[in-house]
Formats: sequence, C-alpha cells, structure tokens
Amino acid sequence: MNALNTLTAHDLLARMQQGECTSESAVRAILDAIGRVDPVLHSYLTVNAEASLTQAREADAARRGGDDRPLLGVPIAVKDVLNVRGQPCTCASKILKGYVAPYDATAIARLRAAGAVFVGRTNMDEFAMGSTTENSAYGVTRNPWATDHVPGGSSGGSAVAVAADEAIAALGTDTGGSIRQPAAFCGCVGLKPSYGRVSRYGLTAYASSLDQIGPMTKDVRDAALLLQAMAGYDPLDSSSLPAPVPDFAAALKTDLKGVTLGLPREYFVGGLDPDVERRLQEAVAVCRQLGATTVEVSLPRTRQAIATYYIIAAAEASANLARFDGVRYGFRAAGSEDPLSLYKRTRAQGFGDEVKRRIILGTYVLSSGYYDAFYLRAQKVRALIRNDFGAAFEKCDAILAPVSPTPAYRIGEKSADPLQMYLGDIFTVPVNLAGICGLSVPCGFTAANLPVGLQIVGPALGEEAILRVGHAYENATEWHRRRPGSESSARQE
Amino acid sequence: MGEYLTTIGLEVHVQLKTCSKMFCACSTDFGVDPNTQVCPVCLGYPGSMPVMNREAIRLTVISGLMLGCRINPQSKFDRKSYFYPDMPKNYQITQYDQPLCLGGGVEIEVEGVSRTVGLTRIHLEEDVAKNNHFATWSGIDFNRAGVPLMEIVSEPDMETPAEAFAYLQALRQLLVYAGVSDCNLEEGKMRCDVNVSLRPRGQVELGTKAEIKNLNTFKGVFNALEFEIHRQADVLQGGGRIVQETRRWDADTGQTYSMRSKEDAHDYRYFPEPDLMPVVLPPEVVKEWESALPERPRQRRERFVNDLGLPEYDAGVLAADKDVGDYFEDTLRYVKRPKAVSNWVMTDVLRTLSEQNLPITAFPVKPEALGELIELAETKVINSNTAKQVFGIMLAEGGGAKAIVAARGLAQVSDTGLIEKVVDQAIAENPKSVEDFRLGKDAALKHLIGQVMRLSKGKANPQMVGELLGKKIGRG
Repeated sequence: MNALNTLTAHDLLARMQQGECTSESAVRAILDAIGRVDPVLHSYLTVNAEASLTQAREADAARRGGDDRPLLGVPIAVKDVLNVRGQPCTCASKILKGYVAPYDATAIARLRAAGAVFVGRTNMDEFAMGSTTENSAYGVTRNPWATDHVPGGSSGGSAVAVAADEAIAALGTDTGGSIRQPAAFCGCVGLKPSYGRVSRYGLTAYASSLDQIGPMTKDVRDAALLLQAMAGYDPLDSSSLPAPVPDFAAALKTDLKGVTLGLPREYFVGGLDPDVERRLQEAVAVCRQLGATTVEVSLPRTRQAIATYYIIAAAEASANLARFDGVRYGFRAAGSEDPLSLYKRTRAQGFGDEVKRRIILGTYVLSSGYYDAFYLRAQKVRALIRNDFGAAFEKCDAILAPVSPTPAYRIGEKSADPLQMYLGDIFTVPVNLAGICGLSVPCGFTAANLPVGLQIVGPALGEEAILRVGHAYENATEWHRRRPGSESSARQE
Repeated sequence: MGEYLTTIGLEVHVQLKTCSKMFCACSTDFGVDPNTQVCPVCLGYPGSMPVMNREAIRLTVISGLMLGCRINPQSKFDRKSYFYPDMPKNYQITQYDQPLCLGGGVEIEVEGVSRTVGLTRIHLEEDVAKNNHFATWSGIDFNRAGVPLMEIVSEPDMETPAEAFAYLQALRQLLVYAGVSDCNLEEGKMRCDVNVSLRPRGQVELGTKAEIKNLNTFKGVFNALEFEIHRQADVLQGGGRIVQETRRWDADTGQTYSMRSKEDAHDYRYFPEPDLMPVVLPPEVVKEWESALPERPRQRRERFVNDLGLPEYDAGVLAADKDVGDYFEDTLRYVKRPKAVSNWVMTDVLRTLSEQNLPITAFPVKPEALGELIELAETKVINSNTAKQVFGIMLAEGGGAKAIVAARGLAQVSDTGLIEKVVDQAIAENPKSVEDFRLGKDAALKHLIGQVMRLSKGKANPQMVGELLGKKIGRG
C-alpha cells in the first residue's frame, strides 16, 4: 500500500470511504513527511500539528456517523496569504508578524464546510510578489527535484508541499502565474481559475483585478475536486461571477475527440529553453493522438503583456498594501514619535525589497501627470490582450502554451535582475490580464531532470475544457506520477 | 472691502441614514462605546472586501433628485490614497470622475431676494474613523469608519457669508425633508468645508482661494467666512498675495490658521476601485424613485396655503422644520381646524420648545392630546383661559385633555339657568359697576364679566355672560 501522504485526494477519499484508512492516519503521514523533508525544503511556515489532528479525528468520527462530504478528512496546505480563522497569516512578510486572522476566507470556509483539514501554512514570495519564493521574509523554499534550485513562485511553498508529498493538496494564488509556474517547476498540477470563479474574500490582496485562488494538486481530478468545493458566487466579493458552477468531474474524459487546440504563433518563436520546447512539442503530439485537432492562433500583444502587467499590478498593490502601517495589527516599529514616522519606520523595516520596489512603481504610475501615460494606457492594452484571446477562442476550445520559458532557476540566479525575472512570466501574465483560466500539468523533464509544465489556457469560465484536456493528457502520459528524490522511493506503483 | 468681490463655494458632507455602513454590515448607531461597531472590512483587515450598500446609493440619488441633479446612468467608485491614522486602509473609497449626481441647485432667500445656488455634483464615499486625543496618547474610534457619507459640492456661486448661511439652511432643510439624513450637526452628521477667494471689482477670473476646514456649525461657517474675507482683503490691500492653502477654523479664537499650502497638497493617486463593480442605474429605477419622492418644503408651504387656507406666514413657519410640519399635520388628523392648530403650534408649542430647548420629536404633548385640547376649546367646552391651563397640565403631568377637564371639573358652563344665577349675584354685589355700565362705560362691563368668571371659577361661557349682563342691565 502507498504511504498515505503520497495519495491524491480522490484516492485518499476512496480509501477512507472503504474504511482502509483514517484522516488521522493520513494527517500523521503528512506530519511525518514534513518532519523528514521540510527541514531542507522549507515549504511550510507553520504546521498546525495538534489542530489538524483534532480536525482529522473529528472528520473520522463524522465519517463513522455516515458523513460523506466531498473533502471530508482531506489534509490541505494553505498558502500564507489566505485568512484562516485563528491562524497566522503573514504573507511571508515581517510586517504581518504576529497577526492572527479573525475570519475565514470564503474559499477556506467552503473547503471547511466540505470537510477539509488545514495542516499548515506554506511559504511564498512576500505578498505574492515574485517568481521564486526567494522573496520570503522567512527563508527560501527549495525545489525537491534539485534543492539548489527554486521552486518557482509565488506559491512555491504550496507547490513543494504537494510535489514532495508533504500535503495531499494545497491552495495557491495566481496573480501573474503564481500557481502555474511553481506547479510547472515542481512537477505538480496547478489551476488558475477564471477571474471571478472563486471568491477573493479573505485573500490578502496583491493586485485585486488579477488575483485568483486555485488548487495545486497531484493530478487534474484533484484540481477539479477542490475547485468544485470553492467555486461560485460570493456576496462578499463583488467581483465574483454569479454564474452556475458546472460539475467539473463530469468534464474529465480520456480522449480529446472533437477538441480543437490553439497553438499561439507568438509563443513558439525562439526564446524557449530547448528542452522545454521539445517537451511541449511532444505534448502537442500526444494531444493530437488523443483526437484533438490543432490550429495556429495569434496573440499579437504578447510582447506588451509584461509591461502592462507590472503597471496594473503595481498600481493596485500600492493601494492594497497601504493598510500595513503598524496602527491596527501586525508589526509596529519602535521609537516613532508621530504618525508619519510610525508609517515610515514600520514600512521601511516591515517590507522587503521586492515589495518596496512594486509599491514605489505603483505609486509612480498613479501619480498626477503620469496616470494617463502609464495606468490608463496599460488598461487599454489590457483590453486589447483580452480581445486577442477572444479572437483566438473563436477558433479553438483551449490553447496549449508553455508555462515558463525555462525550467526552475538556481537559487540566486535571477534575484539580482528583476527585469529578467519578470520576463519569465511572459506566458502566464496574459491569462490573468484577460481574466481567463489556465492549467499547468507536468509534461516531462529536462536533461537535468527538472520538471517542465504544459499550460492549457481556456476562455473565461472555460474550466471544464481545460480540465478535460489536462486530464486526458495526464491519463495518457503519467508524468504527474513521478516524484522527486528519496520520497519517490516511498511510492510504490 | 467694497473694492473686492467675494466668491464662496461649499463642500458639505452628510452622513446618510442607513442601518449599516457603506461597505459592510456594521451598525451606524451614534454614541456607542468606541470600536464596538467594527469588522474586518471597516477596520481594513487583510483580505477583506467592500460590498456596496444599495440603500446608500438610493438615498444619494433621492437627494440628487430633490436638488434637481442629473442622475448619472453609470457611475463608479475610486480609491483616494493618503496616509492618516483615521483611514483604516489608507485609501478612501470615493467617487472621482463619475459621481452619482451632476448639476442641480439649492434655492435660497437672503433679505427677501430669492436665487438658486448651483451645484457641481453629489458623490458617495465612506466616512473615516474619529481620532480622539488625550493628555499623553491618542485613540482611534473606528465606529464611524465606513459610515456612508454623501458629499455635496456647490459651484463657486455665493458672494456673502449670509448667502452661505442661507445655502446651508436650505440644503439641510431639503435633506431632512428627503429623509436621507438627520443632518445633526452636534453628532457630526453634517460637516462643511469652505472655499473662498477675493478678486478686485472688474476682474473676471477668480482670485486665489483658501479652503477652510473644521467647520461644524452654520454659525461657524458664517464667522469663519467673515474673518477670512477680512483677512484676505487686508492682505490684498497691503499689496500682498493670497497663497493657495488649507486653513483651519478655530471657533475659540474666532480665527483661521494655515494648515498646509498647495505645495504640501496630497497627490491622491485616484484610480478605479477594482473591488467594486460600476453602479448602473436603469432609467426605470430612477423614474420609480422619482415618482415616490418626498414632498419638498416649498410644496408643503404651498399646500398649507392652498389646501388648508393658512396664511403665507403660518405656512412658512410650519413648513420650515420638517418635524414641526409633521407635528402640525399629525395634530390635524385629530382636529380638522388648520388655523386653530397653526395658532397653537406657532405660539404655545414652539415657545415651550424654545424655553425648554427640546426638539419637537421629544415634546411631551403628543399631537393626539393637543388635537383633543383644541377640539375642546373650539367647541367651547372650555374657554381659552382654561385651555391654556389644561395645556400647562398636559405639559407637566401628561394625560389627555378630556380626562383633565373632566377630573378637574373645568368644563365651561353654558347652562343659561346656572349662568343667570351667577350674573344676578354679580349684579347684586356690584351696583357701582352696573351704574357705570348703564351710563355707557364699557370698562365697567369688563369688570362685571370678570366678577362673573370669578364667581363661576372661570367656567362660565364669557360670551354668554356678556350677552346676559347686557340684557339684564338694559343695554343689550
């Protein structure tokens, strides 16, 4: 029998339903795994050992009483940007040190209602700003496939927890690729739902018009399972969509007959790491074998996406992060004499460099006299990018794309050059700007044995289409079953 | 000052009368313990998001319709960024370039001359917290943070402090009539910032303005403007230049003081609030609200004159304050005698209110009781002196007029036999007055009537007494 921590959520649920194991034993297996590998990987910022065991025992008791809620007893790791009542929520920032969330995010409340157990809080780039999880105030997280490499970011801790079997599944957030890119770097599945599909209430905002919560899982079926529990209109989030939530599991099929997949001309014209490009071409071939037809599409504003993203995201961040001032909660710098010096000291000492960089950038682009040239123009380009995708989806059901031009970087490799780092987001940020959905699934490895991700992009509220493609693909390839390092030996197929 | 023209514009903030705050479900009750009406949203906690209060939108649109504004079919909210401890998020959710209402005006009357002061716009925003300063520390009360706040911006359309004063009074009257706010100044539910500039007579373009903040009474606005106009005139006359700045009014010293100059002005970095959707108001919704608009003070005044036959003066006094007008009309439901009710409300009721410094809503004599009293007086069950006496008893002890009259035996005596008896007694006891009256001294009749009233303990019908005396003494 597989060690319980290596199971997918749907396998674990099946076993619990059969009475073959308990939630408590699964949580213990998770805690053991964390004890073994997390001293090196550092995917967790806090582990709720006692609380999660209590929750697990309650879930087991409920199941004995006939309860069979969709996620009953499934241990889930939560990115440290989501508010869970009674737990810290530092956003990997010093400025929120000591803050304890007084309420549940809506996504958390819904998972809780579905029976999920919250094992701990995962590391991230501070306030979700970064692509490597190096921008955490609480230390770097390491890629389980090569511990001198980054796991990607900003949801790096969640990706590692899933990939290294320190969690059954995890939640991430994705503003410009922060679920999909670490999923690709770590060899797990990551879904960024359409903007408005999952309530943002309780997600500490980085860029409000781009942020989305999504699942990071060991396979596509689990992504569908978690999305099912979280999706749907929330009166507390005015930007959540009042659209019906389909049965995502019903969309999962093993063939792609009748599916048309778009290949963006602009995404396959050099600049890609050769191994990444080969794995993608192989993945496209697999999809064709499964019955899909492919068609070339064009996304002409791809080149403008990075600049557009960094203007809009930074602008929104500059306001969203203004509330961290030392007045009401979190870190407060000592020695302040008046409000202004309190703000200056608290924010100077509390924020890291990347956060400061984006706050300054955002403040600048919103400043009187610069607003039209930067923010307003960026919004216009954003509309054009959205139109590009609209036109592309008239010709196809989903788009196949790289997640990142390269596999995982070495730790420290890019941190000195923010611009190079930003360019790594070229294939993920357009999806956020357009408000559409994207799925990252493992599609093989580089020569250096680093995972590569395939991105499947769908139209707004088109999660069924991308989950279908992702499921059929992984069903045909099984890349997603590979596990890194010594933990993989614990997994006997 | 004759050589300068003054230009005044006002920005009035009004707290709307909603049960819950602008973007969360917290109560808006005033006067409760600090920080007891707060939640993650109005405290600006990480991850919290605003949800629009539809009632606040409706009340703002109602205000706009009452003030003759154009209602924007689509408006939106924006973030206004600045750091201050009373701002939980360090940005305020407000409306920048697409407010709910545009244009409109307020009719004012100064020294008998009526004119309309133009409005620029009305927008909706959230109130900030209240900073309280103590000897060695400061506290922030977030109960006020997030209360719906409507900002009414006038055109630079007034020329004298008296006009500004009249504008504020008329505006307040309309908003109270609209039922959108209590406009209670003591509770800070209506607050005012003033812009004022001077320019030499003959100059077309406006002079440099100063903005005065911290005005929480109408009298304060008047006094601050008087002071500021003199100050600016002195500066200009001395050959100086007015600097664009924000000034603070100190009611204790009666002066304005510079707070910050234009160079220190905030760059608010407005941008559209991404957490809220634009507000779309379909024309049929606005029409529906418009068709159900409350009566305006002027309409009520006209109705009082045309339908109730009240004199213009009475109608003006009664309609000036909505609560007084309501009290008047409530009383009319119990006694259908408009002029008599008007007389009572304008004299005894209003005088008592001003003596006891009470709002009419807290007046102990309720419309039903007053109506009963007036009915008794008008049907001569009691005479007018008794009526005043009963009013005093109702005021001091409560109770209904009929019950008081019955319990104390105050009913007027109109029984001819009984009155005749007393009249005869008075004639017998006052031969000198009877003689004087017979000789044509009218004052003697008054004395005799007084005697009859005394003997009847004030209950005799004075008219009947007069007639009887005349008949008996032979001068009827």
